[in-house]
Amino acid sequence: MRFIFKTHYNQDIQLAKHSGHVFWYGLLLLLLVLSPVLLDEYWLAQLTFVLIYGIVGLGLMLLAGFTGLFSIGHAAFLGVGAYTQAVCTQAGMSFVPALICATGLSAAVGVLVGLPALRIKGIYLGIATLSFGFIVEEVLARWESVTGGNAGIHLKAPNLWGHTVNSAEGFYFLCLVLAVISTLGVLNLLRSPTGRAFVAIRDSEISAQSMGIHLAYYKTLSFAVSAALAGLGGALYGHKMQFISPDQFSVLQSIDLLLMIVVGGLGSVHGAFLGALFLIVLPQLISLTKDSLPDAIALAPGLQSLVYGLVLIAFVLFEPMGLYGRWLKVRTYLQVFPFYRRGLFKRQKTFQKSERVR
Amino acid sequence: MQFIQLVISGIAQGCIYGLIALGFVLIYKATETVSFAQGELMMLGAFFGLLVMGFWGYPFWVAVLASMGAMAATGYVIERAVINPILGQPAFSVVMLTIGIGYVLRGLVTMIPGIGTDTHVLAVPYKDQTFQWGGLMINAEQAVVVFVTALLCLALFLLFKYSKLGIAMQAMSQNQLAAYYMGIPVKRLNSLVWALAATVAAVAGLLLAPITFVHANMGFIGLKAFPAAVVGGFGSLPGAIVGGLVIGVVESLSGFYLPDGFKDTAAYIVVLLMLMVMPNGLFGQVTRKKV
Repeated sequence: MRFIFKTHYNQDIQLAKHSGHVFWYGLLLLLLVLSPVLLDEYWLAQLTFVLIYGIVGLGLMLLAGFTGLFSIGHAAFLGVGAYTQAVCTQAGMSFVPALICATGLSAAVGVLVGLPALRIKGIYLGIATLSFGFIVEEVLARWESVTGGNAGIHLKAPNLWGHTVNSAEGFYFLCLVLAVISTLGVLNLLRSPTGRAFVAIRDSEISAQSMGIHLAYYKTLSFAVSAALAGLGGALYGHKMQFISPDQFSVLQSIDLLLMIVVGGLGSVHGAFLGALFLIVLPQLISLTKDSLPDAIALAPGLQSLVYGLVLIAFVLFEPMGLYGRWLKVRTYLQVFPFYRRGLFKRQKTFQKSERVR
Repeated sequence: MQFIQLVISGIAQGCIYGLIALGFVLIYKATETVSFAQGELMMLGAFFGLLVMGFWGYPFWVAVLASMGAMAATGYVIERAVINPILGQPAFSVVMLTIGIGYVLRGLVTMIPGIGTDTHVLAVPYKDQTFQWGGLMINAEQAVVVFVTALLCLALFLLFKYSKLGIAMQAMSQNQLAAYYMGIPVKRLNSLVWALAATVAAVAGLLLAPITFVHANMGFIGLKAFPAAVVGGFGSLPGAIVGGLVIGVVESLSGFYLPDGFKDTAAYIVVLLMLMVMPNGLFGQVTRKKV
């Protein structure tokens, strides 16, 4: 057990709270930098996807986990980002300006969606974002002169100031740099007054309002930042896949993204990346275990959806804080050993708060 | 004439949306959670009907009753097993839970070897019959949909108005804690509400089966019933049906008069407009908290 002796006010908002943080996150970064050497090409591609989904997850986590606004149409922002990137790079723009365009346009669309969110909340917001997701998917499929319709659109390798990033390692490092920048950005945002305002809105809108937080401004801001991160992730996703079509940004993708942050752990930055890791590794695990299962189960097409559903149900029922919550318990167990009690993380019984009365 | 024809087919489609939306609204009113599994419950109901009628060869009305009964049991069991333990947790947890249930049901049905991945025809007795009425062509399937919907609405109305059970459900939907203090078994009623919603879903599935086909992905139509529920106001039973009709008619008309692509998105455009103009829907009620 570590006791931090605070000698300065800035220690409260430092990103690395103590030397342990510096050591372990430094080690993680070192491993990530070395992974092109350590991993073969296939797993490096998977790791790249983890980073991309992690960026998208950060965005959704900021919106759902920290501001308490649930979006069931987040794949739409992913799609806007990916398609903007595709169109911009095809028009001859190089990677960075195109990325700025993709992120900016996603953020603008996010503001647009955020506007109705000021009046509605809870499930209504979910359905509004769901509808928005459907509409964007349809627009991507129908606006053939720009998006290529259902035939999809190809993306070239990213062009960084004249250097074309062709290799898998190069693109991995590009993703890694962007992922680190967005993580640090989100962490910094969360320790700033803006981030505190987000959390206050999540916990109680009324009390946030009475503390002088401008609800409309902060909710729209949250939507914009979240959409921007999703757009950034989408642009990288497009480059990684090299081919995008509207059905990659359907409502199923949105639900996958939600599943990712719920399994990762709502309300934790770690959760976004743990969830992304889960989302990428689970299909691999399923296909690995297929060999040892009887054919009737292993070859059934519904197996993956069944496993996803069961995992989701299990997490909501038994571990509402997700993978990160489980890690917290393990860490606490080790820290306070042998004094861990079963009731340490017990969920309190609550009565349902009605949304109809407001 | 064409216009009326379109409206009629829109009404029939709208009744289906309305019936699925009715399931949402029942659950929302009683437990204030939203079930994303309603479409999958409908799919399961249609498959039960198919099992009893198509594979075991019983007559149609047996299949209907068996499917309704089986779905009621399924709804009850699902509520008992997974929803009940986390009652009172944030609504979003329950939403994710029902998404999970939907995944599991769809996966399970798809995993039935040889049956789950195919599309099937439910050979109802009134299939492919049409009758003429002053120049209008009316499919028997559509007429049955409208008729059964009306009947079901009447039954639900009577249940909520006159039976002890219905009144208890209303009380629970207004204030769970107060209802509990009044001696209403809130937890058991929750299970019953889920059973009721699953039964309604089974009816919707059996009505939809002759119009489309029976297959594992037919549950996605449930996503179109959300707009119906929102347009009608999420907490209102008649609103669900009216919302369904609005969505059905708008969809049918926009499929004909507007360019391609509007048919699939019409429902969502309507719901977005609705949320901007009247966030509480046509029949929704808002209660403000007084301090």
